[in-house]
Amino acid sequence: MAEKYAFFLGCIAPLRYPGIEKSTREVCKELGIELVDLQDASCCPAPGVIRAFNKKTWLAAAARNLALAEQAGLPIITICNGCYGSLFDAAYELAEDPELLAEVNKILAEIGMEYKGTTKVYHFAEVLYNEVGVEKIKNAVKKPLDYQVAVFYGCHFLKPSAIKQVDDPENPHILDDLVEATGAKSMPRKQKMLCCGAGGGLKAAFGDVSKKFTETNLENMQESGAQFIIDVCPFCHLQFDGVQKDTEFNIPVLHLSQLLGLALGMDEKQLAFSTHITPVKL
Amino acid sequence: MVTPNAEISKEIADAAKMCFQCGTCTAGCPSGRRTSYRTRKIIRMAQLGLKEEILSSDELWECSTCYTCVERCPRQVPIVDIIIDLRNMAVAEGHIREQHKGTATNLMNIGHTVKVVDVITELRENLGLDPTPPTVLSNEKALADLQKILTATGFDKIVQE
Repeated sequence: MAEKYAFFLGCIAPLRYPGIEKSTREVCKELGIELVDLQDASCCPAPGVIRAFNKKTWLAAAARNLALAEQAGLPIITICNGCYGSLFDAAYELAEDPELLAEVNKILAEIGMEYKGTTKVYHFAEVLYNEVGVEKIKNAVKKPLDYQVAVFYGCHFLKPSAIKQVDDPENPHILDDLVEATGAKSMPRKQKMLCCGAGGGLKAAFGDVSKKFTETNLENMQESGAQFIIDVCPFCHLQFDGVQKDTEFNIPVLHLSQLLGLALGMDEKQLAFSTHITPVKL
Repeated sequence: MVTPNAEISKEIADAAKMCFQCGTCTAGCPSGRRTSYRTRKIIRMAQLGLKEEILSSDELWECSTCYTCVERCPRQVPIVDIIIDLRNMAVAEGHIREQHKGTATNLMNIGHTVKVVDVITELRENLGLDPTPPTVLSNEKALADLQKILTATGFDKIVQE
């Protein structure tokens, strides 16, 4: 890993939850990670929908994003499991398969670009754990948080684990460790690794089914005594935040960057909780 | 009359070949617990080459791609890759929902899957962020480049007019 990264914004964070983007920038600055905007990037594109519609489109558009980072000479950092899923998987496929890379480069040539296959892709949480480390985060905390929280890993941060190798896909700990570095307590609960229900185009195609996944998660979180849900993916974030509307549930949802922002002393206004659907009361 | 492996692409049939129908995928599937989607059945249908039945089914779109099945499969069948390939075949034959077309259309029009809304643009400015993110949204040439790639790979055929 490195200390300087090309910051890949994705779609939902910058266009729905700018507080996630803002807190990521502030937290990285505070912890000594330099972010350079990945200028001209697009959607990753989304692994569950765009890849499911047309794999060639998905791979070529992902390769364009990877090539932009390659030109900048920087590894990519993402704050979204979907972006991580697409960009990591695409980078892996292209690095492993020279014929596929050549095919994609034929398409990129139409816009005068080439991808050599060298870009590395990392998730924000992975960088915090492996590069910064839990001890350094603990020492940087200005405002210890006394919350009980439900840590939510999501799916594409860890899986498929055969190629990602971030943590144990069924019994992970790195997010719990990062969250507990703030003083918060990660509450054990049933079915901790159950999908939020948003991915794979399910939210758009079968909203009622998608919601059932989320509600099971919410029941388990509620039962665990969690006061907040902590995620590492704006799509899981949107799902938990939105599904609670008009239900008995009322568990505010924070991205890991927002939780760390609070612990590192960021002004609450800078976290932009006003865009959250489930009200955030600290 | 079923002709095994007749119509599914060779890649998918080969990938599905290793499945010995133990059902571990279905047992751990969060969608299968809530819908009629049965992972094992889709893989069996792929082995048998039941193309039309798979491509026209709702179940093909009920997988959330959570990869639980892939993690647990004792035969290392790339189940999610198979589902994705089958969905590609379905879309190529015109089986795509309007909501999904909407997402595809957003990507084609603005390079992102969600639309820009004024209230967020304003809030971004208040937070000291670029009001418009420094992505294809801020550079017409970059957006045009992306659109060329999308069109060159046939994506223009599935977007809304």
